[in-house]
Amino acid sequence: MVEIGLYSPASFGRVFRKAQSALQRSNGVERGHADRTATERTMDRHIVDSAETERLNALLVRVGRERDREAFIALFHHFAPRLKSYLQRLGVDAGGADEIVQDVMVSVWRRADSYDPALSAAGTWVFTIARNRRIDVLRRERRPEIDPDDPALVPDPVDPADRAVELEQDTERLHRAIRTLPPEQAELLRMAYFEDKPHSVIAAERNLPLGTVKSRLRLALARLRKAMGEE
Amino acid sequence: MTPLSMPETAGHQAPVHHPGDELLVAYASGNLAEAASLAVATHLALCPRCRHEVNRLEALGGALLDQMPAAPVGDDLLARIMGQLDAPAPVTPRPLPANTDARTDARRAKPAERPLLPQPLRGYVGGDLSALSWRRVMRGVEEAEVKCGPADGESGAKVRLLRIKGGMAMPQHTHGGSELTLVLAGGFTDATDHYLRGDFAETDNSVDHQPVADAGEDCICLTVTDAPLRLTGTLGRLLNPFIKF
Repeated sequence: MVEIGLYSPASFGRVFRKAQSALQRSNGVERGHADRTATERTMDRHIVDSAETERLNALLVRVGRERDREAFIALFHHFAPRLKSYLQRLGVDAGGADEIVQDVMVSVWRRADSYDPALSAAGTWVFTIARNRRIDVLRRERRPEIDPDDPALVPDPVDPADRAVELEQDTERLHRAIRTLPPEQAELLRMAYFEDKPHSVIAAERNLPLGTVKSRLRLALARLRKAMGEE
Repeated sequence: MTPLSMPETAGHQAPVHHPGDELLVAYASGNLAEAASLAVATHLALCPRCRHEVNRLEALGGALLDQMPAAPVGDDLLARIMGQLDAPAPVTPRPLPANTDARTDARRAKPAERPLLPQPLRGYVGGDLSALSWRRVMRGVEEAEVKCGPADGESGAKVRLLRIKGGMAMPQHTHGGSELTLVLAGGFTDATDHYLRGDFAETDNSVDHQPVADAGEDCICLTVTDAPLRLTGTLGRLLNPFIKF
């Protein structure tokens, strides 16, 4: 891991633990989450395996069912710093980002009872709340969405419950697939999600032909679909 | 033009023309403007395949969020949030334009009376087809504007429903920008492709086309244009000054 070189000798213990956990991961040994501190998890952007997904989903369920404040605080430590990164990447200043993070986390608390771990991972659910909040706050627009009870809605021939099977493993596979994307494709994917710009502007800024931007995005999505075992 | 009734089977025919990856990613990530989002979301109501795809793209957004580097948050942020947890939730208006009557009517509707306009479009229109006031554009073509976007802002995009008489050819035209089209009733043929209810078409300024409505039933489409279209045929050049598209 490149980042190890950035640590001072004083933090050797932490570096050692990180190196050890990286070694275990590279050996295919999944390290239990119980022995990691919240700080370590927050520091390391790469550790989101199925155990971690399960842990976050369970925390969110506890907040919804039991109004569990400790579970909520644990979710805060995981999501708040990531949400802030997300908002800053979208061009929000630090103070403004904190305010939106606050809104999003309060919404997480209030709406947690509607979270269904069979339908989405906690990260996905929080992402959609943050996405909608920033459309509301930053663009002052509404987000048109389907109404699941609409009689005009064409029903899904596949039972959603069948699609939810092994969601946690799917989430882990998705994380691995993103990590194995060629860097230029991964970067374009992040830009498509986290920069509120048309592809033509992204292309001009990066000195890339528009066709290249579009084809990299398509290639990235095709690789992810393949990794997820579909199409 | 006769009022439309939707055949029982029409609602369950799976669309074959879908929004491209770029549009679906932009919708799932929250980067698509409201007008274009309205066209995509209304397609989603008619297309289980794309609903599933958007769910997967949202899961991708969740995974990308999980992989974001952690940025330090303000020292007092957690305390501020904890202090808000017991405050009563503010009464917020529904985020989507919910026309109560339209919703209630729709719920009560028997299958045969299923509304032709799906949500979220029905909410933006303020009801089903009967809520629209059509304006004649030219022989065989009527339009009804759909209000969309922030009340104070001018997004530049135009959202409208078009009703084209069965068998009628639209004037040949090209676009200064892009055009999104979603078929809601009837059908049309554009070059070699055939579009029916739920089908979605994207055209940009490289396309000079002349869609032709299927014979029989009127063709009703939702269109979103981000710049005025330009008529290119002989007739079009004569009509251009008069048609405020």
